[in-house]
Amino acid sequence: MEILLVIIIGLLHAGGLYMLLRRSMFKMIIGLILLGNGANLLIFLLGRLVKGHPPVIEDGMKVFADIYADPVPQALVLTAIVIGFGLQSFAIILIKRVYNVLHTDDLDELNSTDEEI
Amino acid sequence: MIVLPIIFQFVAGTILLFFWQKTTLQKFLSILFSIIGLGISIWLFLLVWENGIMITQSGDWKAPFGISFVADTFGVTMVLLSSISGLAVSIFSAGSMRKERLEFGFFPILHFLIMGLQGAFLTGDIFNLYVWFEVVIISSFVLLTLGGKKQQLEGALKYVSLNLLASSLFLIGIGFIYGLTGSLNMADVAIKLDNLQNRGLVSVTSGIFLVAFGIKSAIFPMYFWLPASYHTPPPAVSAIFAGLLTKLGIYAMLRTFTLMFGGDEFMGDIMVILAALTILSGGLGALLQQNMGKIFGYLIVCHIGFLIAGLGMYTELAIMGTVFYLIHDIIVKTNLFMVSGLILKINGTQDIRELGGMYKNFPIISLLMAIPLFSLVGIPPLSGFWAKIFLIQAGLQTQDYVLIGFIVLGSFLTLWVIARLWSEVFWKNGVYLPKKASGLYFSQMTKADQWLMVFPIVLLSGISLYIGFGAENIIILSQRISTELMDPSGYIEAVLGLKTMTP
Repeated sequence: MEILLVIIIGLLHAGGLYMLLRRSMFKMIIGLILLGNGANLLIFLLGRLVKGHPPVIEDGMKVFADIYADPVPQALVLTAIVIGFGLQSFAIILIKRVYNVLHTDDLDELNSTDEEI
Repeated sequence: MIVLPIIFQFVAGTILLFFWQKTTLQKFLSILFSIIGLGISIWLFLLVWENGIMITQSGDWKAPFGISFVADTFGVTMVLLSSISGLAVSIFSAGSMRKERLEFGFFPILHFLIMGLQGAFLTGDIFNLYVWFEVVIISSFVLLTLGGKKQQLEGALKYVSLNLLASSLFLIGIGFIYGLTGSLNMADVAIKLDNLQNRGLVSVTSGIFLVAFGIKSAIFPMYFWLPASYHTPPPAVSAIFAGLLTKLGIYAMLRTFTLMFGGDEFMGDIMVILAALTILSGGLGALLQQNMGKIFGYLIVCHIGFLIAGLGMYTELAIMGTVFYLIHDIIVKTNLFMVSGLILKINGTQDIRELGGMYKNFPIISLLMAIPLFSLVGIPPLSGFWAKIFLIQAGLQTQDYVLIGFIVLGSFLTLWVIARLWSEVFWKNGVYLPKKASGLYFSQMTKADQWLMVFPIVLLSGISLYIGFGAENIIILSQRISTELMDPSGYIEAVLGLKTMTP
């Protein structure tokens, strides 16, 4: 399971970086989303995967007798997903606005901020 | 108790949301809330100054498990500075911001931005720091795009994409920290990282943090988004960005690199190199530009280099110089962009080739503007001078002679830029500029609006002068901060409750 996740994380990061380096705005935002998902899975993996042991203390016990899944990474990932979702939706709307105003999808043409005014 | 400034800003922003269209009422309320917020910050500052580090455990969960809020001297100083800048920008935007922008919720977002900043300064939890960072950047995205002009959208796209990238890097760094230590509380992480055998992994993690915060604070290879976006929004927005957003990255760096990754030789060397290159590229960039907003944008980059330099040298004197420079820089940079806004309102342009004759037409305002401009250069009694003295002294102690050379070169480049600006904008004979239709000019504004624009510049200039002439007080303050930062045991004990201290 860990190996599979590691490969997926690597693929997500590689794909995200490749997309970020393209010239199209649309591909850039897809790259950012892939990177964000890769980061979320990474937290999940680094918080140690435990199979079939929920973080719940069994009946009649005071403490955990067995190994248990750590709930903290799940809480972190959930928070990060929500925050990332908000930011990404803002970025998508921004890109749509930029496209409507400038009629281009090519990042190389977005250079009016570098010109002399 | 110590989360009071955060809660207050949240309440202020929420109340302002109810008066969405009533811009006059919003202006009044925003200024009022900012003044009360400043009062709360001063109160908290004095409390911490008297009692030492104060802790609030949210939900009363014990330290390594819950989210702790920590008010140490560094944190409350930053909260105080952000309140001052917030008040100044609130007054300035009440005078200068156009009605279309105010109707789309400028003031509520401004208060949410300040809430995010103060939260970041007060939190003691690394993941909570990430959340506050996101609060700050989402507010800054909205402020940056408010108005939706072509240039603004382009600048915002660059800003947004690089900040999103930095956020996901920060998140990856947090994942590594959690994997290494199993904790998120910064004090707890500090102890556990110290005991770790695998130093290589710690270095890699600190490298990820360096890149993430480096993008946010615009250090050398990652600064290109800043000059591309900071001159596009209205000057009031640029002012709060310039004063506080890049400094948030510096704050996070100072916090993590002193507390968690204390004194890593290799990272220190990298930071010194980056600092030198940041100073050089920012200074040279500023020399080339003709637009005032862009000149100041590059000067931000240049002076971020000074701050990183102090952190890279990592001695108590160097950290003290950095903290002093940080205090001076927040006030001066906020002021500078307001000055450029006022010049824009008076003349209708920010191109220094077209400007001129400011001194002839507005002698008193020009003298007022001279204070932030020459504080920035660091002409001896003014505030920038003292900070640079300490940095250079620290460099002599650690024998980083090349770095000292770069610091002196950076100061010289700043002097050159400001001198060019002064002679072009203030001394050169003015030419007649055709008036543009958009927006009100300064001379057409009501007396009250004119005062609202000039007063915050007076306020911040006064504070700059105080930092310069009352330097001994600021030295005592930054000495105390640097002692706390360099010896984090007091912080760790207070957070983990080894020494009980209830607020």
